[in-house]
Amino acid sequence: MDEKLISRRDLAFQLYEVLKVESLTQRPRYQEHDRGTFEAILDTAQQIAETHFAPFNRKADENEPVFEDGQARTIPETKAAVQAHAAAGFLVAHHDAALGGMQLPAVVVNAAMALFKAANVSFAAYPLLTLAAGNLIHRYGSEEQKKRFLPLLLDGRATGTMCLTEPHAGSSLGDLRTRAEPQPDGTYRLFGNKIFISGGDHDFGGNIIHLVLARISGAPPGVKGISLFIVPKFLVDEAGRMGARNDVVLAGLLHKMGYRGTTSTVLTFGDRDGAVGYLVGEPHQGLKYMFHMMNEARIGVGMGAIALGYTGYLHALDYARNRPQGRPLANKDPASPQVPIIEHPDVRRMLLAQKSYVEGCLALGLYAARLVDDIRTGNEAERARAQELLDLLTPVVKAGSSQFCLKANELAIQVFGGAGYTRDYPVEQFYRDNRLNPIHEGTDGIQSLDLLGRKLWQNGSAGLKALLREVETTLQEAAGENELAELVEALRGARDTLAALIMRLGSLMSGAQAEQVLANSFPFLEVFSRFVLAWQWLRQALVAVSGLRRADLSEDEANFYRGKLHAARYFLRWELPQIEPLCRLLERCDPTFLSMKDEWF
Amino acid sequence: MKILVPVKRVVDYNVKIRVKPDGSGVDTANVKMSMNPFDEIAVEEAIRLKEAGVASEVVAVSCGVAQCQETLRAAMAMGADRGILVQTDVELQPLAVAKLLKAVVEKEQPGLVIAGKQAIDDDANQTGQMLAALLGWPQATFASKVVVTDGKLTVTREVDGGLETLELPLPAVITTDLRLNEPRFATLPNIMKAKKKPIDTLTPEALGVDVTPRLATLKVEEPPKRKAGVMVGSVDELIEKLRNEAKVI
Repeated sequence: MDEKLISRRDLAFQLYEVLKVESLTQRPRYQEHDRGTFEAILDTAQQIAETHFAPFNRKADENEPVFEDGQARTIPETKAAVQAHAAAGFLVAHHDAALGGMQLPAVVVNAAMALFKAANVSFAAYPLLTLAAGNLIHRYGSEEQKKRFLPLLLDGRATGTMCLTEPHAGSSLGDLRTRAEPQPDGTYRLFGNKIFISGGDHDFGGNIIHLVLARISGAPPGVKGISLFIVPKFLVDEAGRMGARNDVVLAGLLHKMGYRGTTSTVLTFGDRDGAVGYLVGEPHQGLKYMFHMMNEARIGVGMGAIALGYTGYLHALDYARNRPQGRPLANKDPASPQVPIIEHPDVRRMLLAQKSYVEGCLALGLYAARLVDDIRTGNEAERARAQELLDLLTPVVKAGSSQFCLKANELAIQVFGGAGYTRDYPVEQFYRDNRLNPIHEGTDGIQSLDLLGRKLWQNGSAGLKALLREVETTLQEAAGENELAELVEALRGARDTLAALIMRLGSLMSGAQAEQVLANSFPFLEVFSRFVLAWQWLRQALVAVSGLRRADLSEDEANFYRGKLHAARYFLRWELPQIEPLCRLLERCDPTFLSMKDEWF
Repeated sequence: MKILVPVKRVVDYNVKIRVKPDGSGVDTANVKMSMNPFDEIAVEEAIRLKEAGVASEVVAVSCGVAQCQETLRAAMAMGADRGILVQTDVELQPLAVAKLLKAVVEKEQPGLVIAGKQAIDDDANQTGQMLAALLGWPQATFASKVVVTDGKLTVTREVDGGLETLELPLPAVITTDLRLNEPRFATLPNIMKAKKKPIDTLTPEALGVDVTPRLATLKVEEPPKRKAGVMVGSVDELIEKLRNEAKVI
């Protein structure tokens, strides 16, 4: 089967050549592993993705879940896919051996999950949410809660959800109103409405473990009064057995543009006597717990955007190589055979742009996942550096990838032409599915404020300093390569421009003009994302140049490296310089957005 | 009963193969390699027989370069108990493999050999048959159903006219067809367990087998590109073309 998910050659390039993931096996946590186990695990991921996920991607899109007898009904292939994923051990792969886990590095877990997302992102959402819920309970749950709930999430007997949004409080979580009443037995009863809850109900059998943000009666207003609760759909006894139905009611399903295989639910907690909930950690610390997990969840969203962009690109590439249409400009003979559309320079332009976006973002997404491994297993200095870098890069991984890879899906449709606009080909669905990623888990606007309002400056700009050191290292390594001179010069120039801009914005932020600076946070995110991706491309180009020097290189291998090098040239020549006009506007704190008035629209 | 399953390392079925420019063979440098899919079916069948209590041990055997260890690990990750690598850098042809397997069978004394019916690289479809002949064992090729009862083997085979059912005494050689079963995925815990399972390494010399190639490859080339079709105006024209141009009727 050739499902065109994500190039395994590229994954191997990123993992072993760029990120040197094999070196992780020197660390005690990962010492049982080697490249052989990583590849075997990716093989299993790909097999399950090709067997249980990809063949039903269109079917799930055409048959969105329906509300029936108070329950969400999905197509039966959803359950089969979710169970196959769990049965293979992917829900427990990264956990400790003591929990039955494989202690698999985060970077490999993310690569494996990307294959599922490329195959069928809406099926993959269920395990992704289950992983996140498991991680949260593992990290912040009490011993008793871990004993009772964690095994269900690790072997697939339950799926997980994250219940944050309410009808009147989405991005503004401080305004949420779901109420938790303390009970004499130490549990709580929850009352309130949640909306946009992905995976909030389904018909797979088994349980659903909702992680719910709510306010304990009498809690302080705003974000400082939010607590986190475990609320199972079916009550669970101490031995983990499923009992009576909890007071969580499916009030309705939302009808989405894409991601249709994932139920998006409206849930009512406490329709009768209150939904039984168990407080996680300390009262009023819920948002902190939720956001501690957010870095990893946001890498997950970014990787989803990348997977969709990547599979779209591979479909467009395949189509362009096989679709004959038109003749070269110089050929005026209508009787001569038509050429495949990849022969037309404008089609190659669109393919090159897609390649540069999806492979650049994949490099960044896996780089970020590799930082998670450093945070878990590095020495003290590595841990600190990795945490600072990851905090800074997370908005780029999340929102930057969502923007660039959605653009890639748009270009994939363009390569297909009219065919791409029909539902006979999959690229329009990739676009619709990917359109969610700039929205959920913090919109692009929220991400840009997080970057410009907080991440750039926190801890004395430690993240920014760490990034600039990494960039300088790459520049110095690349300076020795004649073939990269042009790219080094371009990235160095952009680095200097960006550093000067950040200095200036920093001084304005501490003054009275903070509001004006932050009004332009979105264009700043774009500038910063382009710069970070250009750096990732120079890193890839460095590996490609040395790869090309290898003695026993086959023609395919040489072409792979030449393609990397050329995509790097494309990105640094055509995409990176687009920051310049934006930087000029940002530098002078252009007030156009801020000064626009409601009444003028 | 012990079951022996030969597994071959081949270019992955997803890889678009390329002929080397000098026509000497297929380019396998840095190409993804996997277990021959028919052999996966053989491994699966052996594991099922073990799970059903018919077999007590499943031993995977691979002949070839050192990297065939990865193929053995894949078989063990599915559930084979241990592996045997007959290591050589010599290009192995079906007769040589059959002789090597015969030597391994004599050493291991399995009650049953289950092999893939052919490998997706050379499509020779010879090794299982040659092995049975060399051992003097009964054979059932292209199996689509295997039942073991009272020391006897009942095998349904896919033949041109439909299905044929054979009864064989043990020990015997079976080769698997595509529809025998659906091989399982190697789960992550089993991939980790497979790392700790033993692999014995042997050599053709130690087994006393001469593996020198008997066949010479003259040239490898791509199949001719398919030509564009033509639209015919009528059935008569089609018949005329089939008769006089294609000369098939």
